[in-house]
Amino acid sequence: MSTLETASESPPQDTTMDNDAPTTPLLDVTGLRKVFAGANRAVEALQDLTFTVSRGELMCLVGPSGCGKTTLLRCVSGLLAPTTGAVTLNGAPVTEPPRGMAVVFQEYGRSLFPWLTAWQNVELPLKEKKVPRGERKRLVTEALDAVGLTESRDAHPWELSGGMQQRVAIARAVAYEPQVLLMDEPFAAVDAQTRGELEDLVRALWQRLGVTVLFVTHDIDEAVYLGQRVVVLSASPTVVLDDVPITLPDERDQITTRSLPQFAELRAAIYELVQHAKNGYRPQPDTEHPS
Amino acid sequence: MTAIAWGRKLAIAAGLPAVLVGIWWLATAGSTSVYWPPLSTVLETFAPTWLEGRLTSDVLPSLLRLAAGYALALALGTALGTVIGSWPTVRALTEPALEFFRAIPPPVLVPIFILFAGIGDGMKILVIMVGSVWPILLNTVEGVRSIDEVLRDTARCYRFRRRTRLVQLVLRGASPRIVTGARQALSIAIILMVISEMFAATNGLGFSIVQFQRSFAIPQMWSGIILLGLIGVALSLIFRACEARVLAWYQGQRAAQR
Repeated sequence: MSTLETASESPPQDTTMDNDAPTTPLLDVTGLRKVFAGANRAVEALQDLTFTVSRGELMCLVGPSGCGKTTLLRCVSGLLAPTTGAVTLNGAPVTEPPRGMAVVFQEYGRSLFPWLTAWQNVELPLKEKKVPRGERKRLVTEALDAVGLTESRDAHPWELSGGMQQRVAIARAVAYEPQVLLMDEPFAAVDAQTRGELEDLVRALWQRLGVTVLFVTHDIDEAVYLGQRVVVLSASPTVVLDDVPITLPDERDQITTRSLPQFAELRAAIYELVQHAKNGYRPQPDTEHPS
Repeated sequence: MTAIAWGRKLAIAAGLPAVLVGIWWLATAGSTSVYWPPLSTVLETFAPTWLEGRLTSDVLPSLLRLAAGYALALALGTALGTVIGSWPTVRALTEPALEFFRAIPPPVLVPIFILFAGIGDGMKILVIMVGSVWPILLNTVEGVRSIDEVLRDTARCYRFRRRTRLVQLVLRGASPRIVTGARQALSIAIILMVISEMFAATNGLGFSIVQFQRSFAIPQMWSGIILLGLIGVALSLIFRACEARVLAWYQGQRAAQR
């Protein structure tokens, strides 16, 4: 709808502010720092990360490979305790995986229980949440239907293709009815065609269910295509480089959206930032960190 | 088609045993040696020796002791293995001791156990359990340790309860290794069932075979050995059937990965 120029030539000083719709922040990450203590040297993976995700938003995090995306996601999801800084979901500090958060991992083959069928994989977290039987059945049916796996409900993960396995993982996350859905490079290991389909599936589910999505990827095209906002990360030790609003129309399509001039501009701007990041560029001078 | 397939399978499975029995039969056919009676004589004594009374007075008690000792070993090995495998510190502390106990040949324990456990069923069950628990225990430790990290994270993210985590993640995740250990343990348990009856016993398969040998009832002794072999085959078939049920997913997964 709107045609704004891409907001990326602004000097990356402190532009982390809400772009257009200032809704309540659902997920709040403040000053996140993670240092892994080794035997004789400490490795600083995340230096200082601050960003928020608003309710109902689809936000992408993109950064050069090895920039600690997975570490960040593990901290955000409560699987890993940060060295300093805090993550709050809905105002409550995250110290362990909270209720109302679901994660889709990159390694679909390893995150599904191979001894359970697709149906059972989706149902088990609901059982743990003590969702009553009838409600459970409805949620699982709907979730499997939404990802197009109604036919394969009784198949085990290893009887399904990679893309279908990731669909099961997405169905499991969706049926869980989380407030926020974290996705850690979920399509990095599927083939290009399947990836396109799955991207559209995520967009469709997001629009239909109004779930908040934090999508981590190293793929710039994917980030631009999916997100309402793209937060660009630096190389490790990681800081936030920029926060780019994606001003593409809401109705997106693999062919038309990707051929919009605006898409190309956004993509180029972020690409440049990531290249910068790879070469060690980082927004100074807030603290002095000699390497 | 399926009938033919089954026939082929049976022929392949039974082929070598048939040949071996044939060789035994021919080699001993005219034998006059006391120690190597003709196979025909051994087979003739089989039914009267075992099927008239000894089945309930000797074979059954042996099998019950085997079942009890093996079941205890399974329960204890899996439980301890899960605990040890779940905590690296516990593992580091216990590993040297476990390796030591595992290296002791279980039969030497029989005289010692007799000292404090007597010569009754309890002692024999204890011997079977103590001897066969090790492969189950050590395999369970390895199985629990090697459960996929991503799967563990998944269970944490979805806030699995303790019990669900234990059953759905830990035990099922370790089940391929547990089954491997259980298979090794089964053959050890059968050996110990016989050995525990050779020292001080009043009934049992091992007891009967030793009695026959001491009283120079050589054909009966051989028939007992054949019976032991048959029991071993039957138990292994039962084990395979259980394994196929418990590990259907694992076998399917492995077939899919090829």
